Amino acid sequence: MLNHWRTRLVLIFFSGLIILFIAAPILGMLIQTTPAQYSATFADAEVGRSIRLTLGSSMVATLLFGILSIPLAYLLARKDFALKGLINGIIDVPVVIPHSAAGIALLGILSRNTLPGQAAESMGFSFIGGTAGIVVAMAFVSLPFAINAARDGFASVPRKLEKAALNLGASPFRVFFTISLPLAKRSVLSGLVMMWARGLSEFGAVIIIAYHPMVTPVLIWERFASFGLSFAQPVAAVYILICLAVFVVMRLLAKSNDHARN
Amino acid sequence: MLEIKNISIRLGGFELKDITLAASQGDYLTVLGLSGAGKTVLLEILAGLAKPDSGQILLNGKDITHESIQKRPIGLVYQDMALFPHMRVEQNIGYALKSQSLSREQKRQKIKELSTQTHCDHLLDRFPGTLSGGEAQRVALARTLAANPQVLLLDEPLASLDIQLRQELRQLLKTINQSGKTIIHVTHDPMEAATLSKKIAIIEKGELLQWGDPHEVFRNPVSEFVARFSGIKNIFLCQFSPHKQSNGLALGTTAQGMPVFVSQSPDRETAHLMIPGEDIILSPQQLNTSAINQYHGIIREIYSLPGGIEVVVEAEGEKIVVSITRRSLENLSLKPGDPIWLSFKATAVKIL
Repeated sequence: MLNHWRTRLVLIFFSGLIILFIAAPILGMLIQTTPAQYSATFADAEVGRSIRLTLGSSMVATLLFGILSIPLAYLLARKDFALKGLINGIIDVPVVIPHSAAGIALLGILSRNTLPGQAAESMGFSFIGGTAGIVVAMAFVSLPFAINAARDGFASVPRKLEKAALNLGASPFRVFFTISLPLAKRSVLSGLVMMWARGLSEFGAVIIIAYHPMVTPVLIWERFASFGLSFAQPVAAVYILICLAVFVVMRLLAKSNDHARN
Repeated sequence: MLEIKNISIRLGGFELKDITLAASQGDYLTVLGLSGAGKTVLLEILAGLAKPDSGQILLNGKDITHESIQKRPIGLVYQDMALFPHMRVEQNIGYALKSQSLSREQKRQKIKELSTQTHCDHLLDRFPGTLSGGEAQRVALARTLAANPQVLLLDEPLASLDIQLRQELRQLLKTINQSGKTIIHVTHDPMEAATLSKKIAIIEKGELLQWGDPHEVFRNPVSEFVARFSGIKNIFLCQFSPHKQSNGLALGTTAQGMPVFVSQSPDRETAHLMIPGEDIILSPQQLNTSAINQYHGIIREIYSLPGGIEVVVEAEGEKIVVSITRRSLENLSLKPGDPIWLSFKATAVKIL
């Protein structure tokens, strides 16, 4: 019994330390920011514009690239083919390289003298210094989260269910949309949420592609570099509160969906 | 009629070799084999979920070997049912109906009809995760029947059910079969095969050992495996003298030295002999009969089975199982430890 209690205390102590390590800086910042600072920051038009731009760009990146990556995730989960291991490795590259390096790499293929850059110019927009560039930079660094989660989700769907559906006369297309995707939905959605969240926090790649218009991580850095901590902190606190609120709503929506089924 | 001709497939280290079988319209064919014998692979080939390396599958004379899964009128019920967990029972049963051009009302009627036939009409609003094994099995059957297959493939459908549910489902399968549906049922249980089948096929390690009428297969097994797997007792490995006996019979000797006269001489020095328990006569005294094989022994055990009584007698160092009726047991007042005489004819002994 004594050993049992000792083990429990050791577990609680170390778990508490880790939780404190994650939560303390964020809680400290939220507490240190005064109500007056919150109020002024919420009223700051530049901050509002920046937060809307960041939330929106990350959402577009997720909807566009995340959803387009679902067929690839299914393919990787279900089919065996040559170079599959290499493709899995390539997908993880954006996670392991420094994000400033990712920005430089993207700049190399999106600048105005490249084919994609010229194509964008001819359609009246530019990746460099534009929202399109922010979307691409966010998608580039966050796509692995969506692909990996969806691939694991599809892999966990028993093949037998797909076979049973085929045997009942369903086309492979119908099997995908009625069996594979609904059963992998939780993982796919969780991957998309992670992708969106990763996009919201992106700084390194975005600042190289588009300093302006300013996404919130760049705005926080700019205020810190130009005016100091007391000007950057309220923006960071407001941004964190908004992100947390959106996450909580998403989690609740996902949970209520699960309850409905069970 | 479903004809399976010389089907072979290699899957990693496993090989299904040259399987040839046939089932007429309305047949109930049971494929009997141990786990890993290749039964499920055979079903998946028939359903089109696996492509054979060679061989042909003909349905009513039409080659369907390379027909797409969706176009084959063959329905498969998996051992674990494979019900779609995110759909209610009603949606599960109605899944196949989406591919048919039926009105909403016709679909509703069809679901009601199938769920009533399979006794799961009270479960339509439930999700599969809340069903018992027997309920899930009936829903899986209804779902497959909704596709209106000509041939129904069943992978160990009774394996996970208790005795009462087995009895109910067996009755349901018989009813479905009597309605003209051809059923191919794989199992590892010889009793299940015997009670349901019109034809039986026995496979071992990917090879078809024997197939035909169940009575014929159980009565005349072609190998020791078939005999033992069919639940047949009294199989002895005997050593034969190359010279025939003067009376025209061959004489074999079991490992424990029990001499056995057989009417046909085997073409090899050692062979497995099978003595059907129901062909052995028990008597308190030695009988003066035409049965040349007679032994004096001691009754070791008496078992009461649903079909009668099994008496285990130890004679000449071997244990021999004799099947008798309850009435004979009472008439002879047999009990363990009693001395007893066993006799059987040389013609009753089968060489495997």
